[in-house]
Amino acid sequence: MVERKIRVIVAKPGLDGHDRGAKVVARALRDAGMEVIYTGLRQTPEMIAEAALQEDVDAVGLSILSGAHMALVPRVLELLRANGQQHVKVFIGGIIPDEDIPRLLESGVAGVYGPGTPTDTIIRDIRLSVSASNADAQ
Amino acid sequence: MISSELDIPQAVLGGNRLALARLITQIENGTPEGYDALRRLFSHTGKAHLVGITGAPGTGKSSLVNQLAHFYRNPTPGMTPARVGIVAVDPSSPFSGGAILGDRVRMRDLAGDPGVFIRSMASRGSLGGLAAATSGVVQALDAAGFDVILIETVGAGQAEVEIARLAHTTLVVEAPGLGDDIQAIKAGILEIADILVINKADRPGVENTERALRNMLQLAHPLRRDFLSPADAVHHTDLVHKAIPSPGDEPNIWSPPVLRTVATEGIGIQELHSSIQNHRKHLSESGEWQRREQSRMETELSMIVQERLMRRWRDGLPAGRYQSVLEAVYMRQISPWQAADRLITGDEP
Repeated sequence: MVERKIRVIVAKPGLDGHDRGAKVVARALRDAGMEVIYTGLRQTPEMIAEAALQEDVDAVGLSILSGAHMALVPRVLELLRANGQQHVKVFIGGIIPDEDIPRLLESGVAGVYGPGTPTDTIIRDIRLSVSASNADAQ
Repeated sequence: MISSELDIPQAVLGGNRLALARLITQIENGTPEGYDALRRLFSHTGKAHLVGITGAPGTGKSSLVNQLAHFYRNPTPGMTPARVGIVAVDPSSPFSGGAILGDRVRMRDLAGDPGVFIRSMASRGSLGGLAAATSGVVQALDAAGFDVILIETVGAGQAEVEIARLAHTTLVVEAPGLGDDIQAIKAGILEIADILVINKADRPGVENTERALRNMLQLAHPLRRDFLSPADAVHHTDLVHKAIPSPGDEPNIWSPPVLRTVATEGIGIQELHSSIQNHRKHLSESGEWQRREQSRMETELSMIVQERLMRRWRDGLPAGRYQSVLEAVYMRQISPWQAADRLITGDEP
């Protein structure tokens, strides 16, 4: 049997102008042995949820710099649930004001990472939450 | 989460996309559930037209797949839209085993269309693993009722030959200005082409690329089978005189067309689509469809047998045995052939 790979989507919802940070994270996850589906700039929450479904991912990483996270993130979570993918972990990176972080975590986000977060932290958190979620499913 | 009570094969046949996605994961991971589901779905396969898209990196394969799928979904008036499954394979890192699968970036036009299902696959480069898993994934999409399955390869090395074994119709994609003339097109890849596509045809040098391709095609491809034996050659002149070949004559030989496209602007896509349809027609009329199906099944079976034998042999090997024999080869005490004898027969020659 082939070992089970962690599959992650790295996506940029909304109208951000660049994806430097998202690419750095994508590459770090790849180097950690994960399969990273990279979808590029200007994705709608619908596109992200659809890709998450077709690719049967374990986690979704959203990079948001525009300040629209309180609109975009709940919508992604809602669509994932509607598709029967409530087990998929959602991680947020980018520019997120401190006061928004507790609200995001309460709404079901698994982790929020600001600029300067070591990629090792993100990798560790994804591994932990995905293996916990798989253990629940057994 | 899909509950464990859900009958995945049943749900896949009923059009449940989440079940299909989960099944594909099971197939990729080689789980017993996956094999069991494929066993039950196998009788529902064999209906889809499998189209392979290969060519060097940077020739625009993903953009071409995007446009082609879009055309299948929105064809010229009077034609029925086909349901399109897409399998896009990207390489796994040989060091970490991870992968960045970026083909969806070029396939945004297909978002939101329930008649399209896109799955990215990492090559997971182990012995034949790619082909075995890809073929299973294609079977899952076939059983799920997709009429056309576009399979985009990594575009380097061995995969090109594998795709020709898997697909009914193989497109080889080239672009002007990649190396002098057509570095990437070696005899092998040219031979597997059913249709040659020069993408990015708005670039300078397209005439040279096309001329070089046509020259190589004349050398390598279509007339070859006419000269198998002197009897065939005589037969051939007969055919020239006869307006309509009678049944039992050599079926028409497919001569790969060379087409120009600019995928990012949708130019040449309609012509490419009709060329693919023509090839499909040719396959069924010439009996080649059945021949390709047979050879595909044969390849697949032999790969599965190889993999199983390999695994059984490895599982039966005493711990440390492989390492110690390898060490002996490394120290130049025995040759690799002797080592293989030792490992397989257990003898000590």
